[in-house]
Amino acid sequence: MEYVIMTTGFALTISGLYGLLSQKNMIKMILGFTIFTTGINIVTVAIGYIKGGTAPILDDAGKAVGKYVDPVPQALVLTSIVIGLGVTALMLAYVMKLYKDKKSLNINDYKDLKW
Amino acid sequence: MNRKTLIALLIAAMAVVLFPLYESYQGSEALSEVGQYYADNGVEDTGAQNLVTSVVVTYRGLDTLGEVTILFLAASIISFFLSFSKEERIENRQVRSITEILTTSAQILVPMIYMFGVYIFVNGHLTPGGGFQGGAVIASGTLLMFLSNPNFKLNHKIIHFVESTSGLVFVLIGVVGAMMMDGGFLSNKIAGYGFGQVGSILSAGAIPVIYTFLGLKVGTELSNVLGIYVESQNEK
Repeated sequence: MEYVIMTTGFALTISGLYGLLSQKNMIKMILGFTIFTTGINIVTVAIGYIKGGTAPILDDAGKAVGKYVDPVPQALVLTSIVIGLGVTALMLAYVMKLYKDKKSLNINDYKDLKW
Repeated sequence: MNRKTLIALLIAAMAVVLFPLYESYQGSEALSEVGQYYADNGVEDTGAQNLVTSVVVTYRGLDTLGEVTILFLAASIISFFLSFSKEERIENRQVRSITEILTTSAQILVPMIYMFGVYIFVNGHLTPGGGFQGGAVIASGTLLMFLSNPNFKLNHKIIHFVESTSGLVFVLIGVVGAMMMDGGFLSNKIAGYGFGQVGSILSAGAIPVIYTFLGLKVGTELSNVLGIYVESQNEK
């Protein structure tokens, strides 16, 4: 089971990076970036997996029931998802402003920072 | 060397870097040392049933404060970046017609989505969920509202009031924890008091309070970002 999650995570990471590099449309590049971060988040959660473990929530008496998966990577990924959301929203705002300026989403039309 | 080969080379290099991690990975049998500590002492230290919540809000509370700051910064930059003056505004922007199904279902669903978001962040210390998740659910309700009526306007006064007050309360709880509670900044342990019955809503010290204000802050902040996106379409 853990290998399925791990393979999915790495596959998403690689395909997201490919999308980020190969696309010319800026919206599609942002989509590639989000797929990339999702893959990395899945890999991080998979690292904290314990064989036969369940969600790290105790029972009503505050006692452990069976095995738990590691709560630390999950807390890290929670932080990472929120920051990824902020970065994505910021990138989308930049793209909206750029589109308003030049009416183009193609990254090749923006050569202001090219030397 | 053309572009495609370069991309292929980069992807291959990335795969080579990641492969050892994949190959050496095997599901572990026992928790790591830190995870084991949290699993053993989480209830005594924080009173929260959900261990992820106790890690996020209490053990690593300072990181969460930083995370909220990053989100606030992103929202501020977006509102600064997409702002425009009154002269550049188009009045009564033409939008495509919205179907009856969407408007009617939005009227029924939006209050329920808001209620579900509140449920998620109020129960953050008991069940999976918490302030960020609940806030995201609330913002999705606002998104549905914008989809069903693109000319819908958020009340910026209320939004800004709720957002800044919740952020301030979060920091104030941290300061109160440093001054009155034993355990330092953002501690949730009030000296001399227990955490209450584990598993009830009013337990786990300051965690439900922090998560409630965090949920309000994230919900209003993300709603505000959506509102700015929609509003920026009115620019000439």
